[in-house]
Amino acid sequence: MNMVSMIALIVSSMLVFSTPLIFTAVGGTFSEHSGVVNVGLEGIMVMGAFSAVVFNLTFADTFGKATPWLALIVAGVVGIAISALHAVATINFRADHIVSGTVINLLAPALSVFLVKAIYAKGQTDNIAQSFGYFSFPGLSKIPVIGQIFFKNTSVMAYIAIVIAIIAWWIQFRTKFGLRLRSVGENPQAADTLGINVYGYKYAGVLLSGLLGGIGGAVFAQSISGNFSAGTIVGQGFISMAAMIFGKWNPIGAMGAALFFGFAQSLSIIGGQLPGISKIPSVYLQCAPYVLTILVLVLFLGKAVGPKANGTNYIKSK
Amino acid sequence: MLRVSQPVKKILVPLISIILGFLVGAIVMLIFSYSPMQAYSSMLRGALGTSSAIGETLRQATPLIFTALGFSVASSAGFFNIGLSGQALAGWIGSIWIALAFPNLPTYILLPLAILVGALAGAITAAVPGVLRAFFGTSEVIVTIMLNYVVLYLSTYLMQNIMPKSFRTSQDATQSISAHASLRMSWLSDLFGGSRINGGLFLALIALVAVWFIMKKTTLGFEIRSVGMNPFASEYAGMSSKRTIIMSMVLSGILAGLGGVVEGLGTYQNFFTQTASLSIGFDGMAVSLLGSGSSVGILLSGILFSVLKIGGLGMQTGAGVPFEIVNIVVASIIFFVAIDYVIGLLFKQRQTRETEQIATQKTQTSTTTSSDIPDNQEKKGGRIS
Repeated sequence: MNMVSMIALIVSSMLVFSTPLIFTAVGGTFSEHSGVVNVGLEGIMVMGAFSAVVFNLTFADTFGKATPWLALIVAGVVGIAISALHAVATINFRADHIVSGTVINLLAPALSVFLVKAIYAKGQTDNIAQSFGYFSFPGLSKIPVIGQIFFKNTSVMAYIAIVIAIIAWWIQFRTKFGLRLRSVGENPQAADTLGINVYGYKYAGVLLSGLLGGIGGAVFAQSISGNFSAGTIVGQGFISMAAMIFGKWNPIGAMGAALFFGFAQSLSIIGGQLPGISKIPSVYLQCAPYVLTILVLVLFLGKAVGPKANGTNYIKSK
Repeated sequence: MLRVSQPVKKILVPLISIILGFLVGAIVMLIFSYSPMQAYSSMLRGALGTSSAIGETLRQATPLIFTALGFSVASSAGFFNIGLSGQALAGWIGSIWIALAFPNLPTYILLPLAILVGALAGAITAAVPGVLRAFFGTSEVIVTIMLNYVVLYLSTYLMQNIMPKSFRTSQDATQSISAHASLRMSWLSDLFGGSRINGGLFLALIALVAVWFIMKKTTLGFEIRSVGMNPFASEYAGMSSKRTIIMSMVLSGILAGLGGVVEGLGTYQNFFTQTASLSIGFDGMAVSLLGSGSSVGILLSGILFSVLKIGGLGMQTGAGVPFEIVNIVVASIIFFVAIDYVIGLLFKQRQTRETEQIATQKTQTSTTTSSDIPDNQEKKGGRIS
């Protein structure tokens, strides 16, 4: 394997593995900026992956090539639905955020596998007929070296994810909506005093995390796993949460961290094909995202990098 | 609206949560045209119908009691130990390793040694987030979640690459431990129709009493609870909150580690590759939340959840309902426990003079100086910073 095709292999598999993480991690920043801790991202991804696969299997004949894209919408809606549970519990019903998020993580795998068994009478779905596959950018892929590395036979979803991360950053840090969202997460009392609808913004944050988390799960199912079972989403949601923290609650930072974690994940899978990497025990690459996240948290000691009122319930005074 | 006193309300909320949880399960089953009555009755038969089923149910309750106790100790100190499954896994592999390394030691040395090493492995795993929290203020929620995965991958690596090859039967499982290290007791297994019930159950009952004693009757327990209620006041009163934080996590890790030990030395007698976090971790957390952290509550809810888990298998074969309905019921119960505020609205608390006073004081402080009093949300450990 020559140098360029080796780099191309690394880059394309990194992009494929990072994409679901980018979507989910960016979704997480919306929720946490509104002050709602969302450890339920894992469960949201499970529901997204499940609904996308079921939609894909059912409608692949009807919609053909458009199926995976429509499945994203379905998964996003299902993600919103499951995150609404978290929203109602934490915003209106004063539930502890961690407990409520854990409920989502317990409920989602159980519910999805139950439905798979109820619908297909077996524990695992068939493989989907229409997946995202590879895409070459017309024109751009003709550029020597760079074109082959970045734009030929690559994942188009990854580029969409990167664009979404940039848009999310713009929304959160350059628009009125974003400013208000963050003010609700920093100091809900002050925001309320200024007439901002605190509960409304919290709902917006949590539901957006559900939308993007559901899409993240759908992307994973339709570009990596290809089917759905209890073992489809194992830890990707938590890695996304790690990426969000690693990126210091900034969507672009989260995207960077997700790319890096995707790189680590892909190395543990394609590493065998690469000279040098194959000598590193895969356990190091598997553990890297988690250990790095802990290190980052320790290194930013004392500095409140997260939203100030994150994880607290805001009870509006009468 | 019902008028009830505080202790009655404390019992009613979990009971209503349980009923609502089963109701949610029944509705889900009805939607997919399964019969809930048939499912729940075959669940009961599966869990309690025969002596061996009862044995399996008690066996299942054993690790749950340990992990639930671990969760409750940490949460009395104001921490959310979500790392129970990682700590249990560390305890499991640690105890099996010792048992395999010295198979010929006499039981009275090997068994305590293996249990101790397992508890220690859990304690070390839990000490990491404790130390980081005490000295760097790092959120233990994130660290424990991350460590769960580190321990998960590490355990497979340790078994496949570090353990001597003679310990393994294949890449994915170790040899069975010798009888010298086993927690199984032949008279107990015979009593319960040859089920996998083991001496771990007695350890769990001892732990229930021991934790109650430590938390309620010793200085350490008092310090843990006091730091959990108000770390600033405790520090002012001369307690070292750093030491207490670490001690509570270590104690929590020991208990979770023992949960893994009884799985290893009792239930499975070996260690095998785990592909996902141990379910006893999150289930233990659920048991503790439902039992509201008290020893009696944990015992009862531990038994209830193991009835669900073991009965769920019977339900799958007996009534053809997928096992996952059990976890839907468990998740729903915890959801209703989590929103106890709403369920509490159903009851009007009968107010004594004392609670009335506290209530008025509370409203006064909350309206005037809510920003000055230390944020009591912090004690729930939900703050990520």
